[in-house]
Formats: sequence, C-alpha cells, structure tokens
Amino acid sequence: MTAREIASSVRAGDRSAVQILDEHLARIDAREGEIHAFNHVMADEARRSAEAVDATIAAGGDPGPLAGVVVAVKDNLCTRGVPTTCSSHILGQWRPPYDATVIQRLADAGATIVGKTNLDEFAMGSSTENSAFGATRNPVDTTRVPGGSSGGSAAAVAAGFASVSFGSDTGGSIRQPAALCGVVGVKPTFGRVSRYGLIAFASSLDQIGPFATDVADAALCIEVVAGHDRRDSTSIPEAFPPLGVELGRGVDGLRIGVVTELLGDGVEPEVAARTREAADSLAAAGATVEEVSVPATVFGLSAYYLIAPAEASSNLARFDGVRFGLREERSSMPETYDATRTAGFGAEVKRRIMLGTYALSAGYFDAYYGKAQKVRTTIIRDFESAYESYDALISPSSPCVAFRLGDKTADPMAMYRNDVSTVPSSLAGHPAMSVPFGSGADGLPVGIQVMAPALGEPMMFRVAAAIEEAAT
Amino acid sequence: MPETTPTAPPTPITTDDVAKVAALARLSLTDDELEAFTGQLRSILEHARDVEALDLDDVPPTHHPYPLRNVFRADEVTPGVDRDEVLGEAPATEAGMFRVPPVLGEAP
Repeated sequence: MTAREIASSVRAGDRSAVQILDEHLARIDAREGEIHAFNHVMADEARRSAEAVDATIAAGGDPGPLAGVVVAVKDNLCTRGVPTTCSSHILGQWRPPYDATVIQRLADAGATIVGKTNLDEFAMGSSTENSAFGATRNPVDTTRVPGGSSGGSAAAVAAGFASVSFGSDTGGSIRQPAALCGVVGVKPTFGRVSRYGLIAFASSLDQIGPFATDVADAALCIEVVAGHDRRDSTSIPEAFPPLGVELGRGVDGLRIGVVTELLGDGVEPEVAARTREAADSLAAAGATVEEVSVPATVFGLSAYYLIAPAEASSNLARFDGVRFGLREERSSMPETYDATRTAGFGAEVKRRIMLGTYALSAGYFDAYYGKAQKVRTTIIRDFESAYESYDALISPSSPCVAFRLGDKTADPMAMYRNDVSTVPSSLAGHPAMSVPFGSGADGLPVGIQVMAPALGEPMMFRVAAAIEEAAT
Repeated sequence: MPETTPTAPPTPITTDDVAKVAALARLSLTDDELEAFTGQLRSILEHARDVEALDLDDVPPTHHPYPLRNVFRADEVTPGVDRDEVLGEAPATEAGMFRVPPVLGEAP
C-alpha cells in the first residue's frame, strides 16, 4: 500500500492509524534483527501519535495529508526527548530539547514517526558500515550494504518497516542508498527543506529529502516538508510548487541529456546498460534524448572530498564534552577535550576532520580548499551550459549495485568513488533524485539519477515519473 | 608547516603534518593510527590533484550554492528552549550552568 492510499483510507475512516502502525511494528519485529535499520524504535511515541490521529478522525477533523502514514527518520534529525545519536558514541544517548522543523511538519501532517534510522557516523560514508552501533543490511540481499549514509532510512522503506522515510544528502547520501535498495530517493534543491534541527555535516551541501516506494509518494512527502522556515537562514523564500500535476504529463517534446562523463570508467556494464535503456524509454515516450558532456563533473569527487571535510572539521568542533553527549573527564579542560573527541569519534569521522583541518590550514588553503571552491564554480558553469540545451539530465545514481559488507572498508578512496555520480549536483546545489530501473549484477536494483537546475523539482519529477512508468 | 604558493604543488602530507592537524583538531592518535591515517590522507590528497588539469586562475570561488543575504526581522521576544531541559542533557552542571574541569591551572 502506498502512503497516499494509507492516508486516504485513514482520512476516510476506513482504517485506523493504530491498525496501520501495528502492521508496520509487526514487520519490524519480524525482520529488524536481521536488517538493523533503526537505532531506536519509537513504539510508545508512535502509538500515542497514531491514537491522536484516530481521535481527530473520530471528532470529525482532518489530521492532514500524511494521516496515519508510518515514517522513519534518520538519526541526525533532532526529535524532542528522543535519543538522537548520529550513530556516534560522542552524542551518547543525547535527547534534544527541540524538534527539527521536518519532524514538526511531519507531525502536523498527521504522520506517525516510528523510529530513528541508522547512518554512517555523522552521515560520513556510503555503506552505513561506519555506524558506531553496527552496520545496516540491505533488505534485498542481507550480505550486501544498503548504501549510505542514509542506509537505515532506505532499508526501512525497502523492508516495509515504514511507508516512507527521511534522510539527509550531502554528496549522495539519499540517492545512492535509494538506488542500492531499489526505492525512490530525492535530494531537493539546496534550501528547499529547512535544516533547522538537522545535525550539520557540511553546511553548504546538506539537504533533507524523502525515500518512498514510488515517485508520487516521494512528491507527497516533499510537499509536506518543503517551504520557507525562518529558523534556517539558508531556507529559500519561494513557495514550493505542487508536483502532482507534473507526474502524468509525460516527456513528449522534452530535451533530456545523458551525461557522458557519468557513464565512463568504473561504471558497471549492467548499470550503464540500464541507464541507456532508461534513456531509450524516454525517447520512445517522445523526448529528444542525446548524450551531453558536462566536463567538470569528473572533478566532482576531488572538490567534494576537500569542501565537505573542511566544513565538517568546523561543524564538528562543537562536540567537546561540555554541553551534551559524552564527556571523558580529565583533570583539565584541554585534556578533557582530547580524551572526549578521541573516544567519541570513529575512524572515518577522524579522517575527515583531519583532512578538513589540513585543507584549511595556513600554507595549504589555496592549494586545496581554495582550488576546490573554484572547481565548484566550474561544475556549476558546466551544468548551466548543459541546461541551456536540456530540460533535465540523467545518469546512473551509483556506478555499482549493492556491494558486500566489508568489500570497501579497507580503502577510503575506494568507498569515496561510490559518490562519483551524485556529488556534482550536490556541489551545484541542484535537485537530483534516484528512481529504480530494473536490475544489474546478481539481480540487484539499479537506480537512475534525474538531475535538474536549481528549483527544477517539477521538471525532475515529471521525468522521474516517466522513467518509473517505463520500468513497470 | 611549510609555506606553499598556489602555483607550486604541495609536498605529500607527512606523519608530522598529520600529528599537527590531529593536535589542532583535539584528537590523540596512536603511532599505528598516525601511520595509517597518513597513508590514507596522502592517497585522498593525491587524487585531489587531478584538478591541476584545469586552468582556474580567473575562476572565482563558490562558497555557497546561492548568494546568502542577511535576514532581518522584528526584534520580538519568542519562546526559546527550556534551560533546565538543555542542562538536563549536559555531562555536568552547577547552579544553572555547565560545569567543566579547570581551563587554566588548578581549581581553587
């Protein structure tokens, strides 16, 4: 059942929110031990909110567009009074004193928030193996990773633990796990969704977005949470456009580019083949589809893996054992800082903090961080030039299907290469989403990435809906 | 740390460099960690040098995907987070404040 069907049945009084919740909790009971999608299942809080929805219905009210829909949220989104860990020991079992704006808007729309999902520590990773609480497994094949960093949110939807879920995407952390788990995942335009209450990783890149089993559910989710928020100074003032009308419009007459550089070396042959088939299906539906070069995208990884760690090294300075989370107390404050951060952060987080500190340090700033920021400009210019001739661009969401646990943990650079298709749109601040399209090696899901210019969500969803229709 | 100019490619990162950034970032590393991180950071930085193929001299840097503007609003009192709720999650508190070990020298 889609989230749309659940919400309409609950709003019509045909089914109760508590009934819907119980069905999801039963699936969690049956399979969570094997998947580990959650850091924390909020069974009691979820029941209270489902009961409140049912009470509203009984009183003749309307709980909202997500009435009774069971939603899972990444454990880097603050939930008042409920542990929020970023899958890091350094936050301990910290319970935030406020809700993220996204959490508030979901609750206001009648959603039932069922739990906090696992992630790579502080959203740094592409497999969810960097969690301090153990890896999440891919529900499609439990010997494989779900992707990351929002692997728990992707797995929760793929396993039926939640109808929809939310993650954060800094360099592909929604789109890549969506692809690997065979679900839809959306990174909106930077600034579309308020980040108030999202624990920051890289502030010029972080964006919140939904996972869903189909494109229309993803559209519904984003409509609920998007829009201006005075508590996020980077929030875009423009109202978010309705997406429903876009989904049935088809692609007749559109111009769609297939990005040459993102189909190059390192892309698995079957992933490349599915991408070309998706392109062919768009052409068959009336679009003009051509290969297009966006040259600077090949430098995306290099720019991203300097800019994101640099911003992270600054953002993660706040974890110092003074105000929240872990404290490893020593006889002086400086020793306490060292002991707390050394004990609290995992290896990948330390690696990125040091990389970022180095890239920002005197003598190296121009050679690394300064240069990366110029590459970022070049990527934006190349995209803008492509969007003069094309309405949307497509590529694989990930160069490979889900890989085995442990396959890439020994070599950070090998793990970083998973992000090659997703980082360019992140650096540009553009919207991009992943739509399932057939399968690759070993029958594992393949995702097609649809990219659009800033504020281009209507066009992006229109193309995504056409790809989804061709896939089914 | 040695000074470099934007035009000269920087020398590969050394264990001394990593020890310095670890100290700046308030992280303690064992000798084995220092070796391992140095090799990993070196390979990441080596990969990042592919951008030397680009002519970036006249390209302005992008700090942020959209121009940020200062946002003004009326200076009205609105509810903030509850102090006791915040302090309730702190490792140590005293008299409505965060309590920490001595920052300079011995405690009185």
